[in-house]
Amino acid sequence: FCVFIVAARTHVNYELKDDVAVVRLNDPTSKVNTLSKQMEAEITQVMNEVWGNAQVKSAVVISTKPGCFVAGADINMIKACKSAEEVTSLSQEGQKMFEKIEKSPIPVVAAINGSCLGGGLELAIACQYRLATKSKKTVLGTPEVLLGLLPGAGGTQRLPKMVGLPTAFDMMLTGRNIRADKAKKMGLLHQIIDPLGPGLKSPEERTMEYLEEVAVGVAKDLAAKKVTVDKKKGLIQKLQDVVMGFPFVRKQIYNTVTKKVMKQTKGLYPAPLKIIECVQSGVEKGSSTGYQVESENFGKLGMTAESRALIGLYQGQVACKKNNFGTPERELKTLAILGAGLMGAGIAQVTVDKGVATILKDTTLEGLARGQQQVYKGLNDKVKKRGITSFERDATLSFLTGQLDYSGFQKADMVIEAVFEDLAIKHQVLKEVEAVTPAHCIFASNTSALPIRDIAAVSKRPEKVIGMHYFSPVDKMQLLEIITTDKTSKDTTASAVALGLRQGKIIIVVGDGPGFYTTRCLAPMLAEAVRLLQEGVGPKMLDSLTTSIGFPVGMATLADEVGIDVAAHVAEDLGKAFGQRFGGGNVELLKTMVQKGFKGRKSGKGCFLYGAKSKDKQVNPGAEEILKTFKLTAPPAVSGNEDVQYRLICRFVNEAVLCLQEGILPDPIQGDIGAVFGLGFPPCFGGPFRFVDTFGADRLLQKMKRYEEFYGNHFTPCQLLQDHARDPSKRFHK
Amino acid sequence: VKHTHTYTQTNIYIHTQSGIQWAHFSPVFQNRFKSPLRIKKTLSKTGVKNIVLVDGVRTPFLQSGTTYADLMPHDLARTALQGLLNRTGIPKDAVDYIIYGTVIQEVKTSNVAREAALGAGFSDRIPAHTVTMACISSNQAMTTAVGMIAAGQCDAVVAGGVEFMSDVPIRHSRKMRKTMLSLNKAKTLGARLALLGSIRPAHLAPELPAVAEFSTEETMGHSADRLAAAFGVSRREQDEYALRSHSLAKRAQDEGLLSDVVGFKVPGKDIVSKDNGIRPSSMEQMAKLKPAFVKPHGTVTAANSSYLTDGASAVLIMSEEKALALGYKPKAYLRDFVYVSQDPKDQLLLGPSYATPKVLERSGLKLADIDVFEFHEAFAGQILSNLKAMDSDWFAKTYMGRTSKVGSPPLDKFNLWGGSLSLGHPFGATGCRLVTTVAHRLKKEGGQYGLVAACAAGGQGHAMVIEAYPQ
Repeated sequence: FCVFIVAARTHVNYELKDDVAVVRLNDPTSKVNTLSKQMEAEITQVMNEVWGNAQVKSAVVISTKPGCFVAGADINMIKACKSAEEVTSLSQEGQKMFEKIEKSPIPVVAAINGSCLGGGLELAIACQYRLATKSKKTVLGTPEVLLGLLPGAGGTQRLPKMVGLPTAFDMMLTGRNIRADKAKKMGLLHQIIDPLGPGLKSPEERTMEYLEEVAVGVAKDLAAKKVTVDKKKGLIQKLQDVVMGFPFVRKQIYNTVTKKVMKQTKGLYPAPLKIIECVQSGVEKGSSTGYQVESENFGKLGMTAESRALIGLYQGQVACKKNNFGTPERELKTLAILGAGLMGAGIAQVTVDKGVATILKDTTLEGLARGQQQVYKGLNDKVKKRGITSFERDATLSFLTGQLDYSGFQKADMVIEAVFEDLAIKHQVLKEVEAVTPAHCIFASNTSALPIRDIAAVSKRPEKVIGMHYFSPVDKMQLLEIITTDKTSKDTTASAVALGLRQGKIIIVVGDGPGFYTTRCLAPMLAEAVRLLQEGVGPKMLDSLTTSIGFPVGMATLADEVGIDVAAHVAEDLGKAFGQRFGGGNVELLKTMVQKGFKGRKSGKGCFLYGAKSKDKQVNPGAEEILKTFKLTAPPAVSGNEDVQYRLICRFVNEAVLCLQEGILPDPIQGDIGAVFGLGFPPCFGGPFRFVDTFGADRLLQKMKRYEEFYGNHFTPCQLLQDHARDPSKRFHK
Repeated sequence: VKHTHTYTQTNIYIHTQSGIQWAHFSPVFQNRFKSPLRIKKTLSKTGVKNIVLVDGVRTPFLQSGTTYADLMPHDLARTALQGLLNRTGIPKDAVDYIIYGTVIQEVKTSNVAREAALGAGFSDRIPAHTVTMACISSNQAMTTAVGMIAAGQCDAVVAGGVEFMSDVPIRHSRKMRKTMLSLNKAKTLGARLALLGSIRPAHLAPELPAVAEFSTEETMGHSADRLAAAFGVSRREQDEYALRSHSLAKRAQDEGLLSDVVGFKVPGKDIVSKDNGIRPSSMEQMAKLKPAFVKPHGTVTAANSSYLTDGASAVLIMSEEKALALGYKPKAYLRDFVYVSQDPKDQLLLGPSYATPKVLERSGLKLADIDVFEFHEAFAGQILSNLKAMDSDWFAKTYMGRTSKVGSPPLDKFNLWGGSLSLGHPFGATGCRLVTTVAHRLKKEGGQYGLVAACAAGGQGHAMVIEAYPQ
């Protein structure tokens, strides 16, 4: 007798529906499907069985998870690799598997509902036919570039053939998500189906069944040659194909795309250039070369510091989208916001569309009208981009109440104040609010620098007081910094985090103190920037030096955006709180600019002139005059371009590490996330803590010591940094 | 004398609650009811007026663009009103009020009730207004009439509905309209010329009345296809149902059962006396059609959907006392009714499923008590989806907050004389057809209770319980 030992399959199975093999993907250990080793092995196994079965005339690949087809490759699988060769071999395995599917003797239909990203999309485009649900959850894309990688399982080779060179570059270089209807227009999908509503089963369940039914029908028709996989090409598409037939046109495209990438990345990110190289090799030298270049480049990228940094940020971001403080005792139903300025209205905008009744209170009709218009515009822009319907906009707006008084505050579960940054005013509104709100109501301050304990000093319910520091513009900036005092209750924190998560924010929870974490790190760097301006580095040069190390916005422009008055305010307050360490630049310089009305973009003048529509930003001559009066001599030994850049970075990083040392920051992950998503710290470094790990604490220490000689204690490394420098085994990230 | 008689009957009905077989009291009753073993009470309620349907008529329902093509909506409505006058012989000033339902309004006759009444020979002293509620517009006209009578403000009301799809208001684009309106205000020649000069070719593109749901931008056919898919209704089931509708309508027409139809001498054309959209086909023929809305995998086709129709209907509604005082023998009591509404995206056409259990509950009836069902057939897929929804405990619990399903109406009592799929569906006029048909079928089939249910755009629905008038 014989014993069959069949390893039980857990991720992939298949079932015959007449002569169609329905291959179902489901990773039982996760909410999403990823192309893990296990998943890949089982797909290969199952497909081999399907191909070996003479009864089977066609196949359908589908996921059993309603919101996810395949969300991408398993990142940890790549992270675990020790060498480029290892990463390359991962790529090659994927390439082989998908090539077999592409060359399948029977038609294979990919039936997509939910995210179809990265490796998931590569699987789908290896199939002969693709159909997807038009659900909001269905998105297609190649986000590898955002992790410093490239589509390494044939994506760089198949996409250009499928959607044309320009679109393929756009997809792979931006990594953006594409909705199903758009994907159909682009030629990425053959067919889309509308999601179903209630029936005899839940809409999600029945929609999945329906997708499968339609896919099985298509598979049968494909096998019977009743339909073909060829998509009808429009005139534009045909023209484009003809034009792309000319080698010199393609060359022009490669050049243009490369230039654009260099301009945007400053050469700090290797992945986009490698993607261009892969596509070019495949198109110009044939697919075998293309596949080889793709897997080799994938291997190289997998080992780069940039990729590790971006993957770290991605995983940190996932970690910062969880509530570690438990479920709030009460569900937040009504939120009141004080102040309908940019911040207040921005907070309202990201709240109303989550179905939370939102009161927006201001003190003047003009201010209120401006704020309500901002919320309307934010939603209406989504209507214009077809993200929501005008009815959804109107229904959303019905959750917003604009008013000048405190009526209805007796129903408020939380109040967020976004009034002027002045402790006396904050005290006044806190008292007014506590007089009209119920005992359970939380009072959150959207201050960017005032210590929460100072604000809470006049509160009757200090356990209900918390800081919620949003970043401007609220609807675009993902970060929310939550600040707790030693009196803030756990439930208050849990509620604030819960609201932030509903608003779609990435959240860091930090301890109280002047400037908390983000503003506190920014202040010394800003001081250094002012110092540099005084030393004769012009605003334009300062911008260029900072953007060229990866800051998305130049330091001078950033000051204008934040507001010179705000910067002056913060510099002065934090200067007082932290003393000389925050010195360097002269606060009077900023104050003088404010006196002259140079408050930044909002006043039309700051470091630069605004208003004129010319692309080239003009330096404000008035500001230059002021700079001259504050002029200092630059010490030549530490004023080269590179030194200037390191001086800025050092001051930021040292303060960040000090925040960790002092317990303001609970961990380096939140420190990195806060710095990158709130302040634009170069993503290629992965945040200040990963920067220390990668750059080396000892090297950083040496640089700081050198600057210290010239500038004194602005550059004195904190204890924790010294500890890390002394012991190389100490790292912030494992 | 008649008065007293009725009240006596009512008393007998009430006694039946204690189990007395009232049918045995009178040989007349026995005659009327083919199954005399039924024990049924009247639905009369103390403190609520008995309101009756005296009679109902309609013009033939024609596919739009055919014989009625050159008319206007009020012409059709007027014809229905004249038909009602002729059929009932009611004195022209005995009516207190006239209400019409319509969906796509002709802008020149936006109060089509008044325009139709003025030419129909009614006294010009009778006020008239027009209501709109998509496909249940004439239901709304009838229940408005019921409300006025119940409130004691009227005794006799004419309710009706009209729809004319052969001509619909096609407008200039918004930009063009804006320019034209500004032109009215421009004072100088220069200003006028400047405005005229601002007109661009794109401004000339006309704006058609939307066939899509305004809130969701989805056409009803598309929603019906998704609904059918959600309930797992197959193409074959839909085609079979549509074929049934056409076959039953054909038989009813041939047997002369559609007695609510009044002939119409169309100016310059022949007399129209029959609905012209009834076309029983074969399953093979129907299977050849391609899906009309969801392509290529949809199941709703031209053959299993209702089609664009011109037509009008009218009914005469009175308090029972008034009807008897005028010497009428009413056809039916109009009893409880409900309106419901739900999600216009995914449950657009499920009105009947929501309305049916609600109205039955209100009347204290079970589905099994109903002898005659008349449901509006927007799409075969919509009807079959509703039948499945009503037969699902899960749906009743999950979406309707009910403890159990109401049950699916048995098809041998359901739309036996055809339905909107076959007879046609002039949006505003269908409701009166349904009610009149229930009254006629109750009489013909010897039933006591009838149920009308319909879905409507906007995710709304309606149901009404109708009770046969004792003969």
